Amino acid sequence: MSVIRVPTPLRPYTEGQKEIQINGGTVGEALKDLANRYPSLKPHLFDETGSLRPYVNLFLNDEDVRELQGESTPLKAEDRLMIVPSIAGGQ
Amino acid sequence: MTLYVPGRLLEQIWAHAEASYPEEGAGVLLGSVEGEERWAKQLLPFANHFAPESRHNRYLIDPRDMLRAEEEAERLGLDVIGVFHSHPGHPARPSEFDREWALPWYSYVITSVQGGKAVESRSWRLTADRQQMQEEPLQVQQDQLT
Repeated sequence: MSVIRVPTPLRPYTEGQKEIQINGGTVGEALKDLANRYPSLKPHLFDETGSLRPYVNLFLNDEDVRELQGESTPLKAEDRLMIVPSIAGGQ
Repeated sequence: MTLYVPGRLLEQIWAHAEASYPEEGAGVLLGSVEGEERWAKQLLPFANHFAPESRHNRYLIDPRDMLRAEEEAERLGLDVIGVFHSHPGHPARPSEFDREWALPWYSYVITSVQGGKAVESRSWRLTADRQQMQEEPLQVQQDQLT
């Protein structure tokens, strides 16, 4: 199983869990496994069409999955995924 | 719901805001959490990655910097508890753009910079319905003399 690390703003939707063991052969499958186990997390990760929201960044062992194969990126058992939010604002 | 910030960290927030002037400066707060109370313990100032022509009223933290912040928090046994940024020439209150981009839970510390000098910092959190930013008390802790 791989591990996914959840940032603080999303932990209220994962029962406070910081790190979660997930199943899946690809990044997309792992995210779906996560969303199925924590349904209230789903709308914060995916939009109405099922696409990953633009402010959700995923790093696989420190590499941005958008620069790999996106949600099709293969996952190995020892891999570590991190969900990292985009942060912006201004006056 | 209160955010406690040591005086030395507030000084660093103001220094980053003044050094970034007339552009917005931003960074991340690391700290500990107990219920609705948060204690800032470290801060990580970052470069503003918004398009150069808009940095006077916009900021963007590079996702790779956020990744570094998460890793640093993990290393120190802390959490990312919020984000700080400056408003050059504007009050320390969130704009509509701030609200639209805000994430739930985080503390958003905004510092007003007037004429190049930081004058006030206030902290805000997004309400659960995303409709507004609610002010949370920002309590500055006097640093202990050793």
